Amino acid sequence: MRFSLRSLVAAFALATALFATVPAFAQQPTSVNPTASSVQERQLLDALRAGTPGQGTTLSGRITIPDASAGNLIQPQGQAWRLFHQGAMHWIGAISILGMLGLLAVFYMTRGRIMIEAGRSGATILRFSTFERFIHWLTAGCFIILALSGLNVTFGKFVLAPIFGEGAFAAMSQWAKYAHNFLAWPFMLGLVFMFVTWVFHNIPDSTDINWIKKGGGLVGSEHPPAKKFNAGQKVIFWSVIIGGGLLSFSGVYLLFPEWAGGVLALQFWNIIHGIVAVLLIAAMIAHIYIGSIGMEGAADAMTSGEVDLNWAKEHHSLWVEEKMGKGAAHPHASAQPAE
Amino acid sequence: MARMKFLCDADRCIECNACVTACKNEHDVPWGINRRRVVTLNDGKPGERSISMACMHCTDAPCAAVCPVNCFYTTADAVVLHSKELCIGCGYCFYACPFGAPQYPRVSNFGTRGKMDKCTYCAGGPLADGSTAEYASYGANRLAEGKLPLCAEMCSTKALLAGDSDMIATIYKERVLKRGYGSGAWGWQTAYKETIAI
Repeated sequence: MRFSLRSLVAAFALATALFATVPAFAQQPTSVNPTASSVQERQLLDALRAGTPGQGTTLSGRITIPDASAGNLIQPQGQAWRLFHQGAMHWIGAISILGMLGLLAVFYMTRGRIMIEAGRSGATILRFSTFERFIHWLTAGCFIILALSGLNVTFGKFVLAPIFGEGAFAAMSQWAKYAHNFLAWPFMLGLVFMFVTWVFHNIPDSTDINWIKKGGGLVGSEHPPAKKFNAGQKVIFWSVIIGGGLLSFSGVYLLFPEWAGGVLALQFWNIIHGIVAVLLIAAMIAHIYIGSIGMEGAADAMTSGEVDLNWAKEHHSLWVEEKMGKGAAHPHASAQPAE
Repeated sequence: MARMKFLCDADRCIECNACVTACKNEHDVPWGINRRRVVTLNDGKPGERSISMACMHCTDAPCAAVCPVNCFYTTADAVVLHSKELCIGCGYCFYACPFGAPQYPRVSNFGTRGKMDKCTYCAGGPLADGSTAEYASYGANRLAEGKLPLCAEMCSTKALLAGDSDMIATIYKERVLKRGYGSGAWGWQTAYKETIAI
């Protein structure tokens, strides 16, 4: 009796449930549109282009593997970075570097080598101490290798690969990458030392305005007075400090991608790194020119550290006056001391 | 020759991650690298979709365009492969890739990137087909054995399709017509500059 009662209740419940759901089944095809909830890739990409608040312009979702950045499904910005790197970057690099070489060639042909007007005096004065020369060459040596290995990444496959062949070029590029990654650190150390050592001599002052007004002696033959560093050298100093600082900052992110916070940040820092690098390379080409073939007596400052007194008087008159007051000049320093 | 592609039917993918596991096992992929992954969009909300994503073997591949040592090449089957002999681990292909496919094992201090690793469409690399050296560097070469990528072959719901473009597009179109909806071929617009018109 109990058994049949239970089955009766069950049958009644089943009938009630069926009665309730049948109309719902009948209504479904008209009330539910299955395509409404399936978003097309095209629509999502269009929405991405506009940017979603909080999500930026990357299509991201949940992922079960520990690498959270793998949750980014599609990030079409890579296409824009590619266009920059394979297009604008080549032009910016070529124009700034070849343009600077062209300018210097024209300058050399018109102005010629800037000579010491009074001729060499034979007496010298200490311009840069051993430590100053050490930090200069530490930074300069690293910079040259960093510049060449960096240019290789962008231009090597067009310029060097056809000469070396792909195997040798790839092996060379591998070593260039190691050099770039590791020499970045002594370069940054050199930047810090140079900043600390020379910053007080590079604060712009009133002599710089006069120096710039008179064309710095680059145009015309007048030598406007200058302290330890003239306005042109101050521009070089601040280019190296600011440019080198930006290169270091962006470069550290490129070395440690997990700190940058995603591929979009890496693309951004790579663009900064590339543009600043070619501009600084162009500035350094000018610096190397005027420090060597462009000016008689200038290279002594960073080789022996002792510059000719006449050179110093012509180019850094105020600095010489200050040093002479302290009795820093060595008359006939090239002669052996008589003992 | 065939134009090999992947197609993930987001309306079928159940996020079982078997494709991810199969890939790692088949190619003995090192720790920390996933050649294939499953991303769930709108998780827990209406319209939730899971998509299995790996290298899409793009037409006019961005990775190949930006590589400073030209280590990428496209096979006759339109599979984008690379040479680990030439790769210098600079990271540029990762910056350019719209799908986050290239990954780098961390080989030493200073975060130095090792040789890039990505999905090979189970087609190995430039070394001799089926050789031990090829397996060590790139994983199994199923294509040379006449087999399709394992991830798609063993997909339980057949959400992930691999094969010739025309063939998998036809299969997908038939499904969409039959069930009346579909969210499109994920990544096709970005990878191949085309999508499936139904």
